[in-house]
Amino acid sequence: MGKYVLRRLLQMVPVLIGTTFLIYVMVFALGDPTAGRCGERPCPANYVAKFKADYNLDEPLLVQYALYMGDVLRGDLGTNFFGNSVSEELIARWPTTAKLASIALVFEVVIGVSAGVLAGIRRGRFMDHLVTVSTLFVISIPVFVIGSVLQLVFGVRLGIFPVTATQGTWSQLILPGFVLGSISIAYVSRLTRTSLVENLRADYVRTAKAKGLKPSRAVGVHTLRNSLIPVVTFIGADFGGLLGGAIVTERIFNVNGVGGFLYRSIQQKDGVSVVGTVVCLVVVYLVVNLIVDLFYGVLDPRITHD
Amino acid sequence: MTEPLTAQEVSGAAGALVPATRAADEGRSLWSDAWADLRRNPFFWVSAVLIAVFLVMAAFPQLFTSTDPYFADLAHAREKPSAEAWFGYDGQGHDVYARTIYGARSSILVGVFATLFTLVIGSLFGILAGYSGGSLDALLSRLGDIFFAIPLLLGGILILYTFPSDLETPYLVVVGKVVLALGLLGWPNIARLMRSSVLQVKPNDYVQAARALGASPGRIILSHILPNSLAAVIVVSTINLGAYIAAEATLSYLGIGLQPPAISWGLAISEASGIGLIRAAPHMLLFPSIFLSLTVLAFIMLGDAVRDALDPKLR
Amino acid sequence: MSSTLNNEVLGSTSSWQPHDGLLLEVDGLEVEFRTREGVAKAINGVSFDLREGETLAILGESGSGKSVTAQAVMGILDSPPGFVTGGEVRYCGEDILAMSDERRRTIRGPEISMVFQDALSSLNPVFPVGWQIAEMFRQHRGMNKSNALAEAVRLMERVQIPGAAQRVKAYPHQFSGGMRQRIMIAMAIALDPAVLIADEPTTALDVTVQAQIMQLLEELQAERRMGLILITHDLGVVADVADRIAVMYAGRIVEYADVFDLYAQPAHPYTKGLLESIPRLDRKGETLASIGGLPPNLMQIPPGCPFNPRCNYAQDICREQRPELYEVGHHRRSACHFADQLVRGQEPPLTRRRDQLEGGVRP
Repeated sequence: MGKYVLRRLLQMVPVLIGTTFLIYVMVFALGDPTAGRCGERPCPANYVAKFKADYNLDEPLLVQYALYMGDVLRGDLGTNFFGNSVSEELIARWPTTAKLASIALVFEVVIGVSAGVLAGIRRGRFMDHLVTVSTLFVISIPVFVIGSVLQLVFGVRLGIFPVTATQGTWSQLILPGFVLGSISIAYVSRLTRTSLVENLRADYVRTAKAKGLKPSRAVGVHTLRNSLIPVVTFIGADFGGLLGGAIVTERIFNVNGVGGFLYRSIQQKDGVSVVGTVVCLVVVYLVVNLIVDLFYGVLDPRITHD
Repeated sequence: MTEPLTAQEVSGAAGALVPATRAADEGRSLWSDAWADLRRNPFFWVSAVLIAVFLVMAAFPQLFTSTDPYFADLAHAREKPSAEAWFGYDGQGHDVYARTIYGARSSILVGVFATLFTLVIGSLFGILAGYSGGSLDALLSRLGDIFFAIPLLLGGILILYTFPSDLETPYLVVVGKVVLALGLLGWPNIARLMRSSVLQVKPNDYVQAARALGASPGRIILSHILPNSLAAVIVVSTINLGAYIAAEATLSYLGIGLQPPAISWGLAISEASGIGLIRAAPHMLLFPSIFLSLTVLAFIMLGDAVRDALDPKLR
Repeated sequence: MSSTLNNEVLGSTSSWQPHDGLLLEVDGLEVEFRTREGVAKAINGVSFDLREGETLAILGESGSGKSVTAQAVMGILDSPPGFVTGGEVRYCGEDILAMSDERRRTIRGPEISMVFQDALSSLNPVFPVGWQIAEMFRQHRGMNKSNALAEAVRLMERVQIPGAAQRVKAYPHQFSGGMRQRIMIAMAIALDPAVLIADEPTTALDVTVQAQIMQLLEELQAERRMGLILITHDLGVVADVADRIAVMYAGRIVEYADVFDLYAQPAHPYTKGLLESIPRLDRKGETLASIGGLPPNLMQIPPGCPFNPRCNYAQDICREQRPELYEVGHHRRSACHFADQLVRGQEPPLTRRRDQLEGGVRP
């Protein structure tokens, strides 16, 4: 296991460097890094000069990037033109977004896996068709449509849930969390179903039956454990989608989290905040993926026990 | 968020769809079996008809409406659906029906061209990596990993933020930027699929024999590698096309994809989704949402139907 | 159940007692697979029985129905598409096909158990092997975890896995093919079953390992007086270990005989063909015979004798009338219209040359 962890860590480093370098090149070398820093007007020449000096833009590209990454690693994502430190803005907001993402993940795992299992063991029957068709619809409806419609129905019309979640308490975040998780719920249940159906045909499930195990044990222990391996990988890969969805969800429900901050920064053309937040989210995404990968190693001993 | 398929799903699909030892005639029967299967699948027909309707709508919107989508009459602003305006009027008094019809063009353009972009770049890089192996393979694969590691929406925001559009930017340039952003982030998906397909086919005896007989790489790729990966690539691309349409709408909804005066479902929904407006004029939200969802649904459903037809054991 | 369970006292834990040594009686078993393409008649009236300490080999090509028979007896047919449509399977006199699922489950494993061909795919890849063996004791005997694991180690030692105590926590992929099959066997014999069904237990293994595994099965059988059903397509494996042989073709038993009688004088052209296709040192220089053609499509089994399209002696009667499984001697039956001649060592007239059959006859 130790060797596996080390290998995964070493594999992540080049991807992390490559990804951040790519983002850096795009924003600072290809784009105009001072665009939109001064509101709607172009920046005055002395501002541009100071900016270039601050960000070492006269140095060679690699040096610029190294200096920038040094700042990022020290937790300095720059200061936006309101004079606020982007890291501080993010630190103040991340607990809300973490809450939102956890609610979404719980929905994803609980509803998604159970629906997938139900469909998988009743393959070809009503439950299976119900899950297949309903997930198809959910997958097809973009998050912002689901969010707006649920807000209209459950918030505005029925009044069951609060319309907005400005304070970001757990109870306020239930509906936004469900919205954020909705599409992933559908993917998780489809993937669980497919994976379960495939595994139910596996030889070792036949062995489990031949051992005289209860059907619930043959499915619940022997099949499910194997079927969840791709599901776990999916949840990790999908975490990026979840972060993107958080921008939309937080906008709809007025949640004051990282996603809402990013949305407002885009609206206000606050470049330092946009780039800083996206870099930060990409890094979070990569780290979550690493954690999921390690968990994957625990689930599937074929990977870690060579 | 509707992300394109993950690598695991992709390689799974490739493995399941394309048995390594498939001979050419079995390949033909795979396709004819799949077609026989598709013909009986109502989901296939529903999605095919929907896609046809949306394609015509994108190409010739004037067939569906004679109202000018740019004509605004503030006197009618936010009016509910009526006999004159089936879908009602929006905040500026545009006819929602006309704008919804004209909105198809942006979605279809972005979806189709982003998919084509990923297909071309992805196939090129994937085949190159798989076929040449060695350090070029390592380089291209790592490059793919890097692009793959950036979530579609976050990357899209970053790219479009760096290269912003404004009111003067021509429509096709704005569309092109969105296409480029989605394509740049989406190509590793297809590249991985192609690479694994090449690696799967390359060691087969008939390919080795063809190489030994002096067949050119181009010929081997055309006659052995492409047919082997075609099934998986078609399925994945169709589903991704739906995902790209959803992504375009989401970016536009966030105010960073298409910009007014372009007409797009994402923009319309963005405009309609202020909390006050949802209460007062839900029709502004409803109709573009339905059209957008149906379009995405059609492509995903088509991809699903084709996958089921090509891989019947999962049914 | 007592935790001082002692596997060395054989049969002491079972309430099932064989009648006159008769463990298993299969009577007129019929199985079909209902698929989208049509109904495949996989088993068409198979009957055999098994006594304590006896080894019955079921021999046949792939698709002959030998594995399906085993799965139907075990009650692990995939259903759908597989359905048992007729017959009885009696264990110690009681029809297990008529039992409730719950009662049948208590037989599967403790009384009748099974070893599969491919141990790598038949063992669960994500659980340690010891855990998988111990599961038998925990689920059927209610034993606690540490006792069950201790039993697992003991069984692994019994099947001669070196360093069993250290390797009890290892995963299936960390063992060699032969070791994995030993683990499979350890799991199957864990609860001291009266009947062990081994479905091609050595097919996936190297030749040298094959012999070791067969020897292990023989030892275990002798030690525990198990009835052993050995399913194989390989006549060579059968010769040393089996007491009786049932040869299957197209879902039917076509010949049923004591092993020496069968080798001395096959009473069915199919068996004769199989024996002639074994390379023999004492027949050096002769052309090795093979049976031409392919086994029939189970959705369209030819009328008359199912073997007639491939048979060298096929006459009109063979194409029109299906031969019963005739009694042709002591303990000996054959489903051939010319069985009487064959069993006396006479050859019926040849009706076609072998080379006419090459290329396959598939209806």
